[in-house]
Amino acid sequence: MHAFDIDAVRLALPFLWSGMITSLTLLAIAMTGGILLGTVIAMLRLSAPRAVAAIAAGYVNGLRSVPLIMVIFWFYLLVPLIIGRPVGAFVSAVIAFTLFEAAYYSEIIRAGIQGVSRGQMAAAQAAGLSRLQAYRLVVLPQAFRRMTPILLTQSIALFQDTSLVYVIGLHDFMTAASITANREGRLIELYLFAAAIYLGLCLAASQLVQALKRRMATS
Amino acid sequence: MTAPFPQSRLKGTAMPRTGPETASPIIAIDDLSKAYGSLQVLKNCTTSVARGEVVVVCGPSGSGKSTLIKCVNGLEPFQSGSISVEGLSVGDRKTDLTRLRSRIGMVFQHFELYPHLTVRDNITLAPRHVLRRSRDEAIDKAEALLARVGLADKADRFPGQLSGGQQQRVAIARALAMDPVAMLFDEPTSALDPEMINEVLDVMTELAADGMTMMVVTHEMGFARRVAHRVLFMDGGQILEEAPTAAFFEAPRTDRARSFLSKILQH
Repeated sequence: MHAFDIDAVRLALPFLWSGMITSLTLLAIAMTGGILLGTVIAMLRLSAPRAVAAIAAGYVNGLRSVPLIMVIFWFYLLVPLIIGRPVGAFVSAVIAFTLFEAAYYSEIIRAGIQGVSRGQMAAAQAAGLSRLQAYRLVVLPQAFRRMTPILLTQSIALFQDTSLVYVIGLHDFMTAASITANREGRLIELYLFAAAIYLGLCLAASQLVQALKRRMATS
Repeated sequence: MTAPFPQSRLKGTAMPRTGPETASPIIAIDDLSKAYGSLQVLKNCTTSVARGEVVVVCGPSGSGKSTLIKCVNGLEPFQSGSISVEGLSVGDRKTDLTRLRSRIGMVFQHFELYPHLTVRDNITLAPRHVLRRSRDEAIDKAEALLARVGLADKADRFPGQLSGGQQQRVAIARALAMDPVAMLFDEPTSALDPEMINEVLDVMTELAADGMTMMVVTHEMGFARRVAHRVLFMDGGQILEEAPTAAFFEAPRTDRARSFLSKILQH
């Protein structure tokens, strides 16, 4: 065994950093897209005609019943088949994560919407707002305010899940660490470093969520 | 079908006002029935409200009063019969329900102010997004209405910072901001502490004096006596009695109304 060599990490920092950028970009897009799509799905399940609501429910239950890693892999293989040209690992990962996370976000958002009193929708509609306006201006702002901590917690899980993109060869932070580890023969150093980074980021984020919850409880 | 009652009986009431026009009713409810599954909540209800008329709907809990007025602006669907508001059919799929609703103000038992918005924004929301009024115009109107309900200094507050009575007065201002042709009140004082009931009833009384067409579900019989032109008494989903206010209180025709009045007027 070699001695513990932190230099291997130091030298690989630019490569690891570019991996982290990929991870964070994926997180940002999947989170934004997932929450937007999740909101639409939640509204469809609550307000659309029964057939449409059933399709939305099927979507959510279907995606929640398969492992994420499979969804990532499928989209990597399927998207080029469907549109007829390769789209690259990053785009297919973005699509897979967005669609997958939307299913989870939509359940959170649906509960959030149901937590807003029905009288609010009635009052908004009684004033002449359309159902969509009532959602946008009255119900969703209240629901999101209450849901923010849970949505952030789900996003922390999403950030950890982005490491699964190694199956399609996308160089996220985890993959970058793994490649460096094998190339330099410094498995312990690199995996420890990666673990420390994930731990630090996620711990900080969940502390933030806790602080937010406390602030909401007192206000 | 229904007959608007002659309005000559108003002498001796506390408030000077002109009687409602009897020409064409603003709200016409004809043979309305509604059921939740096998539970019949409204049975063959027929009545109408003329322009400028104040109609109080009373009756025991669960008699269908609230359901009846929620049918008027289409918040509750119904299975048979018809309702028209200014000649527009509420149940008709072709009717632009959002437009129809924007013409009728509604005040709820639990206020239903938007808790995430200031009092000012509560009042300007629908005028801006439904009537497409400019921000400035909507704010001017909101402030004038707040002054009218005695809350000019509360525009920047959030609903949670106001008392129940103040919230309900804001709710009335919010409904008035749409320049409604009629106002529906669904037990507007039932959720209030007793000392706050009068401040809300006073605003409603003024509104009636200004000639607003009103349909009011309430247990406040003193208000009904002073302000209503006509009283509907409901029980078991039916309109059992419909009479000019004085006639209703002095000589209720049905036993159900008599026993209801004797219970409710004791305290």
